[in-house]
Amino acid sequence: MSATTAFARNQWYVAAYSQEVGEELLARTICGEPIVLYRTTDGTAVGLADRCVHRRYPLSMSRRDGDRIVCGYHGFTYEPSGACVYVPAQTRIPRTARVPAYPVVEQDTLVWVWIGDPENADPADVPRVPWLDAPGWTTVRGMEPLAARYGLLVDNLMDLSHETYLHGGYIGTPEVAETPITTEVDEDAGIVRVSRRMKDVECPPFYARSTGIAGRIDRWQDIEYRPPCLYQLHSRIAPTGVEPGPDGDDRAACHAEIVYAITPETEHTTLDFWMVSRDFAVGDEEVSEYLATSNHTVVMQDVVALNALEQVIAAEPAGYQELSINIDTGGLAARRMLRDLL
Amino acid sequence: MTGTTVYRIVWSPGSDRLVGVCHCGADQEADDPVRLWQWLLAHPEHEAMDDRE
Repeated sequence: MSATTAFARNQWYVAAYSQEVGEELLARTICGEPIVLYRTTDGTAVGLADRCVHRRYPLSMSRRDGDRIVCGYHGFTYEPSGACVYVPAQTRIPRTARVPAYPVVEQDTLVWVWIGDPENADPADVPRVPWLDAPGWTTVRGMEPLAARYGLLVDNLMDLSHETYLHGGYIGTPEVAETPITTEVDEDAGIVRVSRRMKDVECPPFYARSTGIAGRIDRWQDIEYRPPCLYQLHSRIAPTGVEPGPDGDDRAACHAEIVYAITPETEHTTLDFWMVSRDFAVGDEEVSEYLATSNHTVVMQDVVALNALEQVIAAEPAGYQELSINIDTGGLAARRMLRDLL
Repeated sequence: MTGTTVYRIVWSPGSDRLVGVCHCGADQEADDPVRLWQWLLAHPEHEAMDDRE
């Protein structure tokens, strides 16, 4: 079984963080489709095909005139709806002078675009990630372009036993690779869940320094992957023996929500949006700086590994027979769900 | 929220064995997650399988 390469269409994908979309014209390629993103004067995020209908000049290399984009090549001028309202040197605007407008939903500090038939786009289907924008939480984030197919990042995140070997000294400890997992596929919700509950284990530096917990911990890693784009790792860190109360009150523990938006850029490149939200040391700039730096290091360790894997896979003949073992139970489920979306 | 069509594979602590449980209640032990997923997703046609590699 090989990693998935094609794109699931008729799906919502994260194209940008809210903070990235503003007055400037932002170019992003999502599932092979070049898109220009910007924000109108009333604050609405807009996504248009990033090619002038005339000679395909990138609109992202053009300029704005109010809420309109004026093509930097010959001046074709587009409304946020994609309709062309001006062409040079003639009064008749051809009926086909229009660029596709993408359905866009901005929610929880994420800008989602719909890749597929716009008729099928339902904003209610955009998954929520409330901690990114909720009181009582602080988030650090970044985005790394990956020179690897998105299926490799899905594989990577669904099997966290790699933390022990690739991310030792940051988030990896021996117990991660040694602890059995429970995997669930929820067909109704379209979610794969992988749970790893560790008791009385070493606290990795990532959490020891950020939470201030000294000594051994109980560490929960509950993955929730909603194909194709949204991955969340609900991470619970508590001094050993500290359990949630009978009413579910878990304020004695620290919680980190490790969120990834796994957005295919092309068949062989990926936009790796990573976020770390926490309900401890909220607003503490020093902790934010530490977590941002540490997590960026971890992400770059993955980037180097996955970029190398992409080279290996791209160069090998078709039909390579992988070996899968127990740690791959969640990754196999994710691959199957992704295939079913194609 | 958890739906009603849930397939579950539990890795038995202290062993290399996996236990698959279908939403219909059928269960199966195995050593190999690929084969165990195939068995689960064959619902409702769960066929007997040799659960050792």
